[in-house]
Amino acid sequence: MVSVNRRPTPWRLAAGLAAAAVWVLAYRSLAGVARWVTYRLAGLEPGSRAASALEFFVYEAPKVLMLLVAVVFGVGIVRSFFTPDRTRRVLAGRRESAGNVLAALLGTVTPFCSCSAVPLFIGFVTTGVPLGVTFSFLISAPMVNEVAVVLLFGLLGWKVAALYMSTGLVIAIASGWTIGRLGLERFVEPWVFEVRAAAVDEADAPASWADRVRAGREAVVDIVGKVWPWVLGGIAVGAGIHGYVPEQFLAGIMGKGAWWSVPLAVAIGIPMYSNAAGIVPVVQALLGKGAALGTVLAFMMAVIALSLPEIVILRKVLRPTLIAVFVGVVGSGILIVGYLFNAIL
Amino acid sequence: MVITVYGPGCARCHETERVVRNVLAELQSDADLQKVTDYQAMAAAGVLATPAVAIDGEIKLSGRIPKREEVKAWLT
Repeated sequence: MVSVNRRPTPWRLAAGLAAAAVWVLAYRSLAGVARWVTYRLAGLEPGSRAASALEFFVYEAPKVLMLLVAVVFGVGIVRSFFTPDRTRRVLAGRRESAGNVLAALLGTVTPFCSCSAVPLFIGFVTTGVPLGVTFSFLISAPMVNEVAVVLLFGLLGWKVAALYMSTGLVIAIASGWTIGRLGLERFVEPWVFEVRAAAVDEADAPASWADRVRAGREAVVDIVGKVWPWVLGGIAVGAGIHGYVPEQFLAGIMGKGAWWSVPLAVAIGIPMYSNAAGIVPVVQALLGKGAALGTVLAFMMAVIALSLPEIVILRKVLRPTLIAVFVGVVGSGILIVGYLFNAIL
Repeated sequence: MVITVYGPGCARCHETERVVRNVLAELQSDADLQKVTDYQAMAAAGVLATPAVAIDGEIKLSGRIPKREEVKAWLT
């Protein structure tokens, strides 16, 4: 790739600013458009269930998709500064504690897909990244991601988004640290340590700003292209719950009073697999019907952070004992977060 | 010349192989295309993110699907 290190040209900068301005204008007019579609175009009765469901969908769906495009683009640019290889070099030989914190933070910005979990795991542990530090990375990377944060921000506000992000990081740090303390290296499949992993310096990441902007655009095509059906499906289900399920319907089974609802939510969430895009709109609708925030956050974390497909993939390198410890430790962390929020909010 | 595609068999890995194969056909290149699906071999080569592509053992790209132009540039 020809990469000349240069700043954006004024022309490109102007085009970018114009795009941003169009985005802001469109975003601000969404609420009005949603009202117009619901009451003028569809001619629905204000206050009716159908109107409530339709207005919810016509407002939230484009809003969340627009937020996704903007944030995924920005994160795509940020990620062009990080590669798994650089992250590994930063983490190699780190002591625990500081290493766990760093790994969890890097997990949020390093490009990662759960299909690469195995080669990444091997590459990390065979080049001097401690096992617990590797786990901090593997827990934070899928859980604290831009899609989850954008959806929480768009549908539930910045406080819930910040809460999710910070508790997700704490769970990743604490779980990785715990796994490291337990000294479970013998439960990694022995062949892993026999791999003489080459520490290759990869061909350098894109260096010019044009390359980084292109990386941002590619991230939008890749990620938004993949999650949009989930977003629409999730918001459609959410809209149905919003319009047709009576208020306080869930207060009895998912409210603060029901102590067993948190472990149940986690137990149901672990084998389930969905991405953040599909689950957050449902979560938002449940909250509106009387479910407690801690219970719902625990459910969401369990769905995203622990999933059956990921466990099957990790089984290739981890013995069942270590898999059980991993699920147990992360599950307990999520449980604590659930109870904590139900208690303090 | 040996061109190696690393990937455990995910959709993006198949897509990568397809892109590389098409470019090879278009350039009528006689480069040898190898596919590596074994995790041990992947780690030994230093691959951290799949799909990855190496030319004569040197990793050119990892973690995404290459563009046709990129593959052409490596081969010529």
